[in-house]
Amino acid sequence: MNTAFLELQPEAKRVTVTLDGAPLTLPEGANLAAALLAAGVSVFRATPVSGAPRGPFCMMGSCFDCLVEIDGITRQACLSEVEAGLAVVRPRGPCRG
Amino acid sequence: MQAEYAVIGGGVVGLSVAWGLLTRGRRVVVIDGGDGDYRASRGNFGLVWVQSKGLTEPRYARWTQRSAAAWADFATELGEATGDDLALRQEGGYDLHLDEAALEAKRRAYTRLQEQLGGDYPFEVLGHNALRREEPEIGPRVVGGILHRQDGHVNPLKLLRALAADVRRRGAEVVNGETVTMVDRPAAGFRLTLASGGQVEADRVVLAAGLGAAALGPELGFRAPLRPQRGQVLITEKLPKLINRPSGLIRQVDEGGVQLGDSKEEVGFDDRTTLTTTAAIAANAVATYPRLAQAQVVRAWASLRVMSPDGLPIYQRSPTLPGACLVTCHSGVTLAAAHARFLPDWLEETAASPDLEAFGEHRFSRAPA
Amino acid sequence: MADVDLAIVGAGPAGLAAAATAAEAGLDVALLDEQPQGGGQIFRAVTVGGAARGDILGTDYLEGAKLVSAVAATNVRHITSTTVWELEHGADGVTLTYSRGGSAAALSARSLILATGALERPVPLPGWTLPGVLTAGAGQILLKVAGVVPARAVLAGTGPLLYLLGAQLVRAGRPPLALVDTGGIADLAAAAPRLPAALRGWRTLTKGLGLLARLRRARLPHYRAARDLVIEGTDRVEAIRFSSGGRTRRLDCDTVLLHQGVVPDTQASRSLGLDHVWDEQQLCFRPVTDAWGESSAAGVFVAGDGAGIAGAAAAEAAGRLAALAAAHRLAAIDRGERDRRAAAPRRKLAAERALRPFLDAASPPPLAILRPADETIVCRCEEITAGTVRAWARQGAVGPNQLKAFGRCGMGPCQGRYCGLTVTALLAEVHARHPAEIGAFRIRPPLKPVTLGELAALATPAPPVAEPTP
Repeated sequence: MNTAFLELQPEAKRVTVTLDGAPLTLPEGANLAAALLAAGVSVFRATPVSGAPRGPFCMMGSCFDCLVEIDGITRQACLSEVEAGLAVVRPRGPCRG
Repeated sequence: MQAEYAVIGGGVVGLSVAWGLLTRGRRVVVIDGGDGDYRASRGNFGLVWVQSKGLTEPRYARWTQRSAAAWADFATELGEATGDDLALRQEGGYDLHLDEAALEAKRRAYTRLQEQLGGDYPFEVLGHNALRREEPEIGPRVVGGILHRQDGHVNPLKLLRALAADVRRRGAEVVNGETVTMVDRPAAGFRLTLASGGQVEADRVVLAAGLGAAALGPELGFRAPLRPQRGQVLITEKLPKLINRPSGLIRQVDEGGVQLGDSKEEVGFDDRTTLTTTAAIAANAVATYPRLAQAQVVRAWASLRVMSPDGLPIYQRSPTLPGACLVTCHSGVTLAAAHARFLPDWLEETAASPDLEAFGEHRFSRAPA
Repeated sequence: MADVDLAIVGAGPAGLAAAATAAEAGLDVALLDEQPQGGGQIFRAVTVGGAARGDILGTDYLEGAKLVSAVAATNVRHITSTTVWELEHGADGVTLTYSRGGSAAALSARSLILATGALERPVPLPGWTLPGVLTAGAGQILLKVAGVVPARAVLAGTGPLLYLLGAQLVRAGRPPLALVDTGGIADLAAAAPRLPAALRGWRTLTKGLGLLARLRRARLPHYRAARDLVIEGTDRVEAIRFSSGGRTRRLDCDTVLLHQGVVPDTQASRSLGLDHVWDEQQLCFRPVTDAWGESSAAGVFVAGDGAGIAGAAAAEAAGRLAALAAAHRLAAIDRGERDRRAAAPRRKLAAERALRPFLDAASPPPLAILRPADETIVCRCEEITAGTVRAWARQGAVGPNQLKAFGRCGMGPCQGRYCGLTVTALLAEVHARHPAEIGAFRIRPPLKPVTLGELAALATPAPPVAEPTP
């Protein structure tokens, strides 16, 4: 976890999600990629080709570098929103289909 | 450019033949088409497939088996020359069925062929439970499948680029982005004029231009009754291993994506994908391996198979221009080893020349062009 | 019988303006977009949290809210959080297939406006795939959508959007550590001849000058004519190294925001087989369109940055023109009415476009970005380097599609969005040809990944199961 990104005005209403099984509180309804970055998560996945670390790049659904598994399906974090109880898993290599 | 052989066509078929000739020490020039051409080698599945071929013509089954048996050695030599592992796996393959009657009909056809081949056709019929032991992810709707021990698959992209690299490394002259517009015969030998204005001279010509052979074929003395047959394919995101052996329609490639086919559509020169067909392919995939329902399709494409009227290859020496040969088929990957190892003997008419009479154009004499 | 008269893909300024104009003209309209609210990327989140950050983002941004509310006041069907992944065009119109909430559906329309906007030009640099490297556009989106800013960022590249972001971060109280500008005086000098023509858009020009002044006042370190950029780090960004003013410099940082201008997003237009042309001024491909935005396919229009980069105000004007042309084509308004309503947007579009030659010439992408060094990753999805692309080119790949026969470059999830232009440039270099001759990747559906389950659900009953090829 790091402080590379900051929230200018931290949102009051936060909910608990899990990241790789560990609990994390994020602003409810927030853009998931933005929320994870602000929470200090910089590596979202390891690539299937070489295992290289990747994180968000374009924030607009075009680059597919922010892929995470949400409830078992690979999704772009920058097109997803924070909900209470979300189970987010960071893919290591090929994603679980 | 002066060569012993001009190979027209730089896809898998042309390059396999060229490579084989180069290993015999021949001087070869390869003339390859452009980026926008209909290139079957771009779209293929990557199967090295024996089963279901030659059910009505045992000699085709034999030729296919010879190629499959030669594939491992071919892959090793090509792989070592280029430093690229072609990811060949020959551990058998399936013909999977959702319908008992269809499975039974296939079994009968394979049994007949097995007899015609003197028993050399190693297959077994697996019921659902036996299949499930081999493929834990197989779905409940799959009633069973036929496992043929001589089937396998390879990475077709690595095959193509290994051939392209090694053909050059072995000294072939390769021209890309070209079309042959005219052929003439100054004395012995051939002179090919290219669209760019360049010329290639060679003692002999191998026409391996796939669908492009229909245009040039007649000029060289061939009927070349080839038509395009569209096949659509999907590929998924990279997944952890869930499929052990390939089937005719579904295989997991070495890099992790699951490749799904296919279709056989007679739509002329139209290589667009359609929602109707891709949805049907997806439905079949999910019925066969239910876990695939959650997998993301990252790409779909369509390619045009190079089909002869009976689906068999055509190997024909020109009746009007001695020294010109037509080489075409729709299973260029499966037959790549045969084209590399055995076809040069046929081209040179050596003692080891394979009997390819069954694949000559005489068989079309009563068939529509 | 089509579901709607007009389908519009993309709810940025072009799509929103087109939707409102088309509804006013009496058409039945569906507007589809990936985001939960309208605004596209430039006005992203303007009707939700973003508005609260108006003082940071600026009044131009806040103006975007009017476009969104104009559409909300009509009976346009605004289908949000939706990914359009297939488009087919026929004699009667178009069919779109899209996914929403995990299931796929189809929509037919008599006419189509593509308003899918722009992408950032890919900026392949050593280390550009490290976590912590984002586009400048992404930096702005984080601000708009979540009020999130980088604590220690270096902006690297050139162009007005980079300066705007710098000014916004200054206003937010978190100025970037530095601006590493690959542009320099030489570019401005080269662009100067185009300045007189650009003065038609003087309002926008003066805003640009104001931005630079603000950055100077904030005493933001501004390195010019920067070259040999390298982003360093093992698991994430640690520093950026470059040369400028004859010296090599290294700046510790946690985030690098890259920008070398934007280019049209041609995925949808290519998948429809529309004619495209190479734009020598903007160094990218764009669809061929007429004065109303109609493409080479009858009834299919392209409006906004997706038809050629000209900015948000131009996009709005182009959206209105396309909608008017579509309405006229569908006989909802007559020619006179169309031309009357088109007069003001046409003037606006001309003024905004007048700026482009100057702006494009003043901020060209450097050659090192267009044709990166061999070790640089070009295809992010499949991790393929420039060296590999050059090698495959020499082994017979004459074009981008033949390149795909040799390896997986361009075949990952992004489908060439972030490698396509680089691949074209590398092939042009190896084969000593012009990018226009090289061409671009063939784009096939699905435009965005869709699950097999969703796709299977669209199969008609008793789908034909093909026999394997004999």
